[in-house]
Order: sequence, then C-alpha cells, then structure tokens
Amino acid sequence: MTALLEVKNLKKRFGGNEAVKDVNFEVNAGECVVLAGDNGAGKSTVIKMISGVYTPTAGTVHLNGELLTGKSPEAVRNAGIETIYQDLALADNLDPGLNLYLGREISRRVMGLPFLDRKKMREDAARVMKSLGITVPDPAAPVREMSGGQRQAIALARAIHWQAGLVIMDEPTAALGVPEQREVMALIERMKQQGVGIILISHNLPDIFAAADRIVVLARGVVAGVRRPDETNDEEVVRMMMGATL
Amino acid sequence: MSTTKRNGGASFLRSLLNAWSWLFLILILAFFEIYAQTQTGSTFLFRVYNLQSISVAASQILLLALGLTLVIVAGHIDLSIAFSTGFAAVAMALVVRAAGDDPGLAMVLLALIVGLLAAGIVGVVNGWLVAHLDVPSFIGTLGTYGIARGAALIVAGGATVSIRSDTVRSFGNGEIWLFPIPVVIAAVLAIGCHYLLAHTRFGAHTYALGANRASVERAGVDVKRHLMLLFIISALTAGIGGLIYTGRFSAGAANAGEPILLYAVAAVFIGGASLTGGQGTISGTVIGAFIIAVIQFGLVFSGLPPYWQFVAVGLVIIVAVLVDQSKHRVTGDRS
Repeated sequence: MTALLEVKNLKKRFGGNEAVKDVNFEVNAGECVVLAGDNGAGKSTVIKMISGVYTPTAGTVHLNGELLTGKSPEAVRNAGIETIYQDLALADNLDPGLNLYLGREISRRVMGLPFLDRKKMREDAARVMKSLGITVPDPAAPVREMSGGQRQAIALARAIHWQAGLVIMDEPTAALGVPEQREVMALIERMKQQGVGIILISHNLPDIFAAADRIVVLARGVVAGVRRPDETNDEEVVRMMMGATL
Repeated sequence: MSTTKRNGGASFLRSLLNAWSWLFLILILAFFEIYAQTQTGSTFLFRVYNLQSISVAASQILLLALGLTLVIVAGHIDLSIAFSTGFAAVAMALVVRAAGDDPGLAMVLLALIVGLLAAGIVGVVNGWLVAHLDVPSFIGTLGTYGIARGAALIVAGGATVSIRSDTVRSFGNGEIWLFPIPVVIAAVLAIGCHYLLAHTRFGAHTYALGANRASVERAGVDVKRHLMLLFIISALTAGIGGLIYTGRFSAGAANAGEPILLYAVAAVFIGGASLTGGQGTISGTVIGAFIIAVIQFGLVFSGLPPYWQFVAVGLVIIVAVLVDQSKHRVTGDRS
C-alpha cells in the first residue's frame, strides 16, 4: 500500500543554519500523525515545506504519488492539502456559508446579474458541519458569535468540502478552553473516519496521546523517533523531544 | 468562551440598536414638522421644494460617502475624496471653458470624461500607495488630499473656473419628473454600490478584508487588486460629485468637496460602519446622509443660525459610536 503522503529526506537550510536536516515520514489515509517537538525542533519548517510556503533545500514531498515539491501554496492546496493555522483565518463578520466558500463563492443569476447564493452556501456549511457532529444554531449569524470548537469546525469543513485528502493542523487547541479542546479532538476523530489524513502539530502531551495513530518526534531538525501511542509513554516522548535519539 | 445565548430582551435591544438610525431620522423629521406647524403654521415635510432641497443636499454627501463606505468596510479610509471631487470639478470646467461659449454635447461629454479621469488618477495613486507600498490609508490619502488639492488649485489658477453652457447647467439643475438630476444620479450609484457590496463576491471579499486580511489572502483572492479597485471606485464616485457641482453652479471649484468630507465620513459611521472595518452598509450610509441633510436644511428652515448644524452633526456622530459600542456589548461579540 502506498501512503497518502510521503515525505523523503526533507532538508531546509536558512543561510548557515540547517533548520531541518533529514526528515522522513508517511501519513496514510484516515490516519492522524502527530509531529511533536520542542520549539525550534523544525516542526513549522517541515509543515511549511509540505504546504508549499517554503521550497526545501533537498528532499521530496509526494501526495498520492504526485510530486508536490516546488509547487506554490495554492497549487498544493488544489492538489488536496489544506493547512489550518492557529488563527483559523476566518472572516469573523461573515456567516459559516461565506467562510466555507471564501474565494470560491457561488452566485445565481437574477435577470442576468450574478447574486451571491447565500442560502445554498449556508445549507452546504450546515450540512458539512453536521457531518462533523456540529450543529450550527443560527446559520445566518456571523462566525464571531460561535464557540472555539464551532469555529474550528468551520475551518475543518472548508477542508472537507473542498475534498482535501490531507489536513495539517497547527496547534489547534492552543487557544481553547478544556471543553473546546475535547470538541476539537472529536472533530479529528470524525475527519479520520471520513478517510482524511491528518498531520497534527502539538506539544501538548495529552492531546498527542489522545489523537495520534503515530507520533513523529522531531528534535533539532531530525526525526528523533517514531512511536505508536500504545508502545510509548509521556516520559519517552519527552526524552526524545529533548534530543536523546533512540 | 462559550456560545452566545440569545434571550428575548437582548435580541429586542439588538434590533432596536440596529434600527436606531431609522428611528432617529423619523424623530428629527417629526421634530421639524411639529416645529413648522406650531411656530409658523406651515409644513416642513409636505412641500416638494423642501423634499427636493433635502434630497439634493443628501445626494451631495452621498456621492462622497458611497465609495467611501466600501473603503471603510474594507478597513481603510479615503480622505482624498474631498479633492477628488474638486479636481474633477475643475478639470471638467476647464475643458468646457476651452471649448468656448455654449459648447456642443460632444464637448460636454468629453469634459465629463476628463473630469472622471482626473478623479481616477487620485484613486489609482491611493490604491498604489495602500496596496503595493503598504502605506496606511489614513496617511496615504492624507498625502493625496494635499496633492489633489494643490493640483486642482494650480490647474484652476487659484480661482473658480466659471463656464457658460446651458447643457452643463441643465445637467446640474434639471429634473426628471419631480426628481432633480443629481438625486437621480446619486440614487442610481447608491443602488449600484449596494448591489456590489451586498450581493457580489467582490462585496463579500470587501467585508472579509475588513475583518481579517489573512482570510481573503489564504482564500486565494488578489488583495492588492481588490484594494486598488476600492480606491478607484471611491475616487470615481467622489469625482461624479465634482461633475455635478460644476453643473449645478456653472463653475468648477477646487474646494467643491472640502466642506462635505466631514459629512460624508459622518454619514458612513452614522450608517453603522466601524473604523476597524468589516461592517457597514450602503442603506445605512444613505440614512446617515439623509439625517445630516435634514439637520442642515431643517436648521435653515427654522431660522436658527446655520452654525448649529456643525454642533448637531458632531453630536450625532458621537451617538452613532456609542450605539455601535453598546451593540457589541449586547451581542457579546468575541471581536
């Protein structure tokens, strides 16, 4: 079986500083891989190379066997990798429908003139969010009136609706309260059930163990170890994060 | 942290706050009507001349405020509209004058186009400063405010450019049925801007831009091009205001738009826009412009010193901001 995402010998040098030395891992469909590591371990650099923001100094990224290395962020997104940043990049003053369709809004013609089809976009948003187990109380309300978990769901709905095969989530629970962190964990579970591959960036150990199918620990730009959550524990992961390559 | 719970009281208060500008407009109309009935035994509201005068005053404000609404919703400001208006007025008048007494329709049309181009240049410069050089719009358009002012005064030779043309005069003073032409033009532009802001992708991107620039950028929208277009639209609607000025007074003046700038900005904020961007509507701005126009005309009508209009409009602006703040408190917005 070929993996959904294949990252091979990824390397990134900024001037004299080698932020990422040699990173290899795979993500399968319906699998959540956690990239764990301390600050400066190279997590952000790795995901930016996958999402096309940085061009790797060496190495390759393949999605479904298609080479993505060197493509623009837009081309990478069109190929099926959606990145969800910590700030979610939502337009707080718009409803979930317009946020779902932002940049790709649908219109219907009335006497030859295009008018935004708000109703259809709202319905689609409500439907996709429902598939994630989230009911929107008022689909016409701006998203700023929604909870952290609901907002996260809108960002994820965007990925699902546009049929991303792989979703990268950067510290999704960092700014959330405990109940909302649980909501996000449940969202990740449902994304997996829909066959979406997930890369989760986190340094919150409970999150890591709750969500991961595999834990890829980075330390100083290299993979310090790969573990399944049931074959390791907090202590070992922390030790690997600190750079004790095993 | 948690989902906003809406109870009946809050949602009633919220719709009241949303409709406050309508209520306020009705209130001041009623005030001047009662004043007219009791003090002079006449009517304020039920006389065509009064309604026409109020509408013309409102349309002058609107021509500066319509494009400005789009810019403010996107989270920016355009101060240069004051002199996009003046620059267009002067440029148009110069072309008409160069064509001699009573030029033909073709020359008048050419003059209108030259006037629009003059305003368009200001818009392109604003767009370029804000979109491509990342100059804050307040500073950038304050700069072009000065530049357009100087340019208009220089080409006008420091004086008002008076013209003689029946075609131009009827353009500014004619009526279509009972509606003065400036009012008809402002109404058509208002409908156009409303359509653009409320019903098109361009409008949705404008709101999103005002709330969170990253959201539109990551959605693949060309933000630089979008900002450029916004400032061009703003300058062009203000420029049309300048063309109408030249028509109404048979003269192009560099300071045609200067006294209206404050009122235009006020109309947008009275209409529910926020300085931080992301909210505001054309219908709100139209109400805002009418509130100011009714205050202006009503004070003259009732024989009070006209200077009270500055005090009154100033107070209304402050009320508008207070209403906006309490709206956020009522809804418990996260922003």
